[in-house]
Amino acid sequence: MEISNLSIKETQKILLEKKISAYELTQYYLDRIEKLDPQINSYITVNEKALEEAKAIDQKISKGATIESFSLLGIPMGIKDMLCTKGIKTTAGSKMLENFIPPYDSTVVSRLKNQGAILLGKLNQDEFAMGSSSETSYYGPVKNPWNLDCVAGGSSGGSAAAVAAELAQFTIGTDTGGSIRQPAHFCGVVGVKPTYGRVSRYGIVAYASSLDQAGPLAKNVEDAALILETIAGHDSMDSTTSQRKKEPWSENLNANIKGLRVGLVKEYRTDQLYPDVEKVYAESIETLKKLGAEIKEISLPLTEFGIPVYYLIASSEASSNLARYDGVRYGHRAEFKNLSAVELEKFYGQTRGEGFGKEVQRRIMLGTYCLSSGYFDAYYNKASQVRRLISNQYQEAFKSCDVLLSPVTTSPAFKLGERISDPLTMYLNDIFTITVNLAGLPGMSVPFGISKGGLPIGVQLVTAPFEEQKMLNVAYALEMNSNTKGARPNVS
Amino acid sequence: MIDKKTIKKIAELSRLEVSDVDAEEYSVQLSKALQFFEHISKVDTHQIEPMITPVEIESFWREDIVNQEYTAEEMIKNAPESLGHLFKVPPVV
Amino acid sequence: MSLNVSSDRGYEAVIGLEIHAQLKTQSKMFCSDSTTFEAGDNENTSPVSVGLPGSLPVVNKKAIEFSVKTGLALGCQIRRTSVFSRKNYFYPDLSKGYQISQYDLPICYNGGVRIKTENGFKRIPIERAHMEEDAGKSTHQGDYTLINYNRAGIPLLEIVSGPDMHSAIEAANYARTVWQIVRYLGVCDGNLEEGSLRCDVNVSVRKIGVEKLGTKVEIKNINSFRFIEKAIDFEIERQIDVLESGQKIIQETRLFDPDKNKTFSMRTKEDAQDYRYFPDPDLLPVHLTEEYIENIQKSLPELPLDRSERFQKTQGLPETDAALLTSEKALADYFEMAATQSGNPKATANWIMTEVLKELNASGKSILDCPVSPVHLGKLIHEIDQGQISGKMAKVIFQEMWSHPRDPLEIIKEKGLVQISNTSEIEKIVDQVLKLNVSAVAEYRSGKTKLLGFFVGAIMKETKGKANPEIVNEILNKKLANHEG
Repeated sequence: MEISNLSIKETQKILLEKKISAYELTQYYLDRIEKLDPQINSYITVNEKALEEAKAIDQKISKGATIESFSLLGIPMGIKDMLCTKGIKTTAGSKMLENFIPPYDSTVVSRLKNQGAILLGKLNQDEFAMGSSSETSYYGPVKNPWNLDCVAGGSSGGSAAAVAAELAQFTIGTDTGGSIRQPAHFCGVVGVKPTYGRVSRYGIVAYASSLDQAGPLAKNVEDAALILETIAGHDSMDSTTSQRKKEPWSENLNANIKGLRVGLVKEYRTDQLYPDVEKVYAESIETLKKLGAEIKEISLPLTEFGIPVYYLIASSEASSNLARYDGVRYGHRAEFKNLSAVELEKFYGQTRGEGFGKEVQRRIMLGTYCLSSGYFDAYYNKASQVRRLISNQYQEAFKSCDVLLSPVTTSPAFKLGERISDPLTMYLNDIFTITVNLAGLPGMSVPFGISKGGLPIGVQLVTAPFEEQKMLNVAYALEMNSNTKGARPNVS
Repeated sequence: MIDKKTIKKIAELSRLEVSDVDAEEYSVQLSKALQFFEHISKVDTHQIEPMITPVEIESFWREDIVNQEYTAEEMIKNAPESLGHLFKVPPVV
Repeated sequence: MSLNVSSDRGYEAVIGLEIHAQLKTQSKMFCSDSTTFEAGDNENTSPVSVGLPGSLPVVNKKAIEFSVKTGLALGCQIRRTSVFSRKNYFYPDLSKGYQISQYDLPICYNGGVRIKTENGFKRIPIERAHMEEDAGKSTHQGDYTLINYNRAGIPLLEIVSGPDMHSAIEAANYARTVWQIVRYLGVCDGNLEEGSLRCDVNVSVRKIGVEKLGTKVEIKNINSFRFIEKAIDFEIERQIDVLESGQKIIQETRLFDPDKNKTFSMRTKEDAQDYRYFPDPDLLPVHLTEEYIENIQKSLPELPLDRSERFQKTQGLPETDAALLTSEKALADYFEMAATQSGNPKATANWIMTEVLKELNASGKSILDCPVSPVHLGKLIHEIDQGQISGKMAKVIFQEMWSHPRDPLEIIKEKGLVQISNTSEIEKIVDQVLKLNVSAVAEYRSGKTKLLGFFVGAIMKETKGKANPEIVNEILNKKLANHEG
């Protein structure tokens, strides 16, 4: 038995049978991180108190704690460095927050801890989640465990790579335009972006508030569903969370998808796909057909405007969200020999100019420009109007189908450094994932094949708002019927 | 077209100190990006209400109850410079 | 001082006010930090008010209610869906790099308030009233500045008048009226010195007859109504001087220095301001139902001017008394309750304006802490009207009620202070006194009428001051006149 390959349920079984203690399990993962992560660079910070936390969990277990009351009892996890963790450095992948130690836990983290999960550490990412390759991190790029010359994807690259390399039982990422789904696809893991408003954003460093959602990255669909149950639900600290009851998604998982209407988007041109991606996508369609699903073509004519709308809105919000990093209350401050002689503009300019990387600066400037007087109507406001139209088209589509199936991106993981020099090409990678955030829909990536070059390939599933169960069921069915189920990268 | 001068102006408004070399680079990149983004002007959005929050979410307001969970000490702890429990910044008069 | 500085010089002043009323909630606008004025440095803070990464605002229900209440009292329309926007600018006291405010869709709009002027009533239009959060406080120490975020996030309602005032007095009157209303509603304590009500004044001047508005100058943070008047008067003169000397008015923000009685330029680089307002994605639009607004409308108290008019009409009070008694809601409530009890509004008004206010002033108490309850005061006045006690006795009883609060009837009974108004009883005593002072009676009758006082004194002494003086006088006059030999 190889512990790192077990599902959450299987791990909990051996924990409760006392075949292994939470302490030993945590130590096991810490050893793996120490041994394997230097080549992958998925962790920015390892939690020095992880073993202490594990001890406390062991005490709980010895006092008879059950998974009925603690759904993630004893499970070691990694958290993207966008989520505040009390007493543990939270950098957002930026120099700006190199030494920032939050005095509070984000709601997601506190809910996971309350359910018995153990924090192994904080995961690498693109700076402030701005990027699709985790190469904009101040702490160095994340390498893909399947091929160390390739990117892990982004922005939640560390979160995806850590699950793939089995450096955590599961991880949490954030997704603003595909930042969970795309790295999950690149690293061969399951990644879920919940409906906007399902999961509290309280305590998560904001990139684009109307698009950001946190979600799980896991080894399998069942684990992902279980984690989602733990983190979802209304939070009185975030008034944009829905008050709807969450559902027991993992318990309700059902691979019987007979009669389910699966939509394929006409405008997603398959001729632009890499052959391997096209092949895996075609296989997934065939599989769903065989399982009794009804395949339909639907139309989202405004798809081509998704990327402009996304970047205009996300950058506008980011320019405002990142204004708080000014060197006054926390974070980086430029060094001045004589504070009394510094002009405020200089103080801000130098602090922010030093603290932010180039991609972040680009987006702040783009956003500032879009919101500035004279440009607001043509950019921010226009984009927000087109956003509604895009959302309306999805609503229309979901009248005739239950779930949309598509590739996650056009290609598998690309080489490190290959696209970083050209921001626009990098932006264009996100075409399939981005409109999902614009419409606030749930979306997920599930592995379904492996390229000739040995890189994993996933497919994306999207449903109407708050229909996570349907999405997870289809993913569950695909997972069961995948030819490459159980494939793992060779990391040593 | 976003020229270098415009970049400098936006950078100032964004409180980012940008070198001339970088301004040049940003000017090229942002011009290219905006040129592409401007395609959205083709979409007819007459009388379409802008969308901010993408899904239907019920209103939620707090009750007016005080809950002082944090100490001044905790709030000042990450400050680059402080004096007592106050944040210290350059003179702003 | 001339009522209208400007018109004497051939100019018309155009004045508008922005009043920031700090809403009297227990907790802040978007988080549960306390709003107390007295607190240690940065003690009333949390991740939200310090703008820590990841923190999010959540609207305070009470702040919405107070805003709607104020809007309705100021005659405003209430927007069914209003929106919080971000006003983006950098300043150390602004913890998030933006202030949450309302921009194009404020909660209250299109209102107006009646003010009293020398020439009767005038309606000052209110363009809008919007919710926003306060910033922190900077203390300048020369070589550096220190920031305290205790005030950051306290809810404010910014009430923006139309540019429809033309003199300093009018503007100050308007400010006083708004001040009185927010205090009446209990939504703001109106303490100008502590900054819980702040006024920014916009002033411009133009030649009489010219339609185009002059360049406006903003005067910020004036902390008394008197200073509003002074600042505006100075500013009007200054602007006319500038124009008369052939120069132009610069659009700028100025501050008023009460010591020098002058306004001076803040010298800020305002040309670069571009606030980049956009809807705050962290907050949903504020939806208000018809029913919600109606319920608040129903709960509105009668406003000072209306109440004053009613006091004049139905209680027969003179205008000045009515205005004084309605200056504060608690005082007006006190008056009404006491007057209902006494059945004599005029006497009640007099008692309050003399005895009650005098004692309150002397002890530094507010009407809410008045030891004499309005019901007790009303009872006391009723007793006077019933002839049970004299006015003099009433003052003694009032003093007793002040130091040992209780029912005046109890005091009257306990001290045997009931006035003797029984005619036959008094007649007996009068007869007795006259009999004992035969020579004085004779002197009186021979023309020494001054002796009347002597007889009254003797009767009062006999009755320990309890005899009803009116009846005593009446009987005494009759007896002394009715002489038959």
